[in-house]
Amino acid sequence: MLNILRLAARNLKRYRRRTFLTSMLISLGVVAVLLFISVSGSFKVMMVGQITDSMLGHLQIHKKGYLASIDSLPLNRNLNAKQLKKIEQILAEEEAVEAYSKRIKLGAMFSNFTETTNIRLNAVLPAEELKTAPLLTKRIIQGQQDGLIEKGEILIPELIAKGMKVKVGDSIVLVANNKDGSVNGQTFLVRGILEGISGPGGRDGMIHLEDARALLRIDGVEVSEIAIRLKNMDQLADVFARLKSELGSIMNQQDKPVFEVHTWEKISPFFNIAKMIDLMTFFIKIMLVAIVLVSIMNVMIMAVYERINEIGTISAIGTLPNKILGLFLVEGLLLGILGTAIGTVISLVSIAIMNASQISFDFGRQTGLLLTPTIAANEVITVVLVVIGIAVLASLQPAYKAAKMDPITALRHV
Amino acid sequence: MSVIVAKQLEKTYVAGDITVKAVQGVSFTIEPASFVSFVGPSGSGKSTLLNMIGCLDPPTSGSLEVVGQDISNLSRKEAALFRGEHIGFVFQDFNLIPVLTVFENVEYPLQMVQNWSPPERKKRVQELLDAVGMGDQGDKYPGQISGGQKQRVAVARALVTNAKLVLADEPTANLDRETANRIITLMKKMRDEFDTTFVFSTHDPRVVENAEIIFNLEDGKLIKSANSEGDRHA
Repeated sequence: MLNILRLAARNLKRYRRRTFLTSMLISLGVVAVLLFISVSGSFKVMMVGQITDSMLGHLQIHKKGYLASIDSLPLNRNLNAKQLKKIEQILAEEEAVEAYSKRIKLGAMFSNFTETTNIRLNAVLPAEELKTAPLLTKRIIQGQQDGLIEKGEILIPELIAKGMKVKVGDSIVLVANNKDGSVNGQTFLVRGILEGISGPGGRDGMIHLEDARALLRIDGVEVSEIAIRLKNMDQLADVFARLKSELGSIMNQQDKPVFEVHTWEKISPFFNIAKMIDLMTFFIKIMLVAIVLVSIMNVMIMAVYERINEIGTISAIGTLPNKILGLFLVEGLLLGILGTAIGTVISLVSIAIMNASQISFDFGRQTGLLLTPTIAANEVITVVLVVIGIAVLASLQPAYKAAKMDPITALRHV
Repeated sequence: MSVIVAKQLEKTYVAGDITVKAVQGVSFTIEPASFVSFVGPSGSGKSTLLNMIGCLDPPTSGSLEVVGQDISNLSRKEAALFRGEHIGFVFQDFNLIPVLTVFENVEYPLQMVQNWSPPERKKRVQELLDAVGMGDQGDKYPGQISGGQKQRVAVARALVTNAKLVLADEPTANLDRETANRIITLMKKMRDEFDTTFVFSTHDPRVVENAEIIFNLEDGKLIKSANSEGDRHA
């Protein structure tokens, strides 16, 4: 085997320019795929992390039908005390749950005493919310981050802050209708400005849950949604299935389900973007396979054609057909390894350079997002193995042709 | 035991509607350590005969024994193994492997065909290179040596496996007169040294006049055989 390897390496060295160009073509393909995987993958992970860890949580529980009418923030579809108690019992028994946060979602009129606009708000208990959405404080671009929010304070979205010229420390008034239609108003102190992010709820303000209860004149216990954070995101599908099974079996008097459970994937449109990124990655991998297949096959066909006489000679001397087959397969293998090795090194260096360069980008209304591409070892190994495998596969037909060549015909070839 | 025993050898090629009888009813015997030449014009069947003796092309009919083994019906793999074990080849165009050095070219059959151990290989290859006068050229590549030197290396490669039989198809066709004479002299010397049988196909008079046994072929038939020494070889 070592002899075949040495001979194959010498033959590749013999056609240096062709070996160089082919391996560069393979390298280019490997670089394109690895960089795309790293950049798109990092973007996806960052966006998913931001969406789940600073806003949605991993799962949400609502009263049945709430999500379908979420645009109108219906207060009459809030969960009541009894329902909430049932949910909390189930969540307490679920070991995979790290934390959960009860929220009231409401719409209100926002006034800075000279102008008025509409605002959507999440009312939360700060301790619960911080455990459920730990990155939320990072979205506070102005004002105090610690503690999130106190009673009588409001975090306002940056677009409203800019539009209404409201600063941290200003007083504003919220006027809201309760579910019976009566109106109530309350003054709040602006504690901070919240950075907007993509997706539902990404441009909502925030107040304390007790303030929402007072503003909406809620006597008992009511919440619009429960956002859940899991200990491990990988358990999402299992926990979702369990919660759906347990909560879905609870029926009202009309024998219809009381609750609905959704994963962040169902709630955020970014999940479809993430799926599109995965699809694009798949097609780019297919393109890489095609590049490797065509380039190696082309080179190996040429190699066999140019060395017909040589094949005849070694065959006449007594070289067995399987050794001739092995010789050309190993040439393809070495080309694949060479191209992949160069491509992988270039990719990893490029990723390191991109990270060191602190490249920023904009996504939707979010600006200055930092590009931090990373790539998992298993992704690199997969690409490397696929390329090398395809290189050998592409060499198979020319190698087989060489092994089956009639020595007399081959020796006569000029 | 004769090195080659051919009885009523026939070789017919069929291409579409055309049938060509390349070799017709040829019988002969060649004894060990002979220096034999098949002579004839182009198309007389001498290369076909050499290909059949060399297990490169099976006869259509008749029997052919080489070093005591019937080779008329060998499979492709069996034929390759037989060639690697018993037959050496010298080609008109030298056919050295360009990516291997002179030493490695001679070493090739021991390494890729017969699996000799490295120390044995090294000793044997150097012995053969010394014998053909190329002992100090082992590190050179075929592109760095002359045609005559290449053919010397080819002779060494053919003999390195202790082959009983060396087949040489027009070995001097691409060499000038002086070099051709040196190669013929070298091959005779190798025959004497290693007791190897050399069989040529040629129409080079320089080879013919040096051959000890001459088989004349015409239209695939053996028309005459001559023995220049008239004693031990035919």
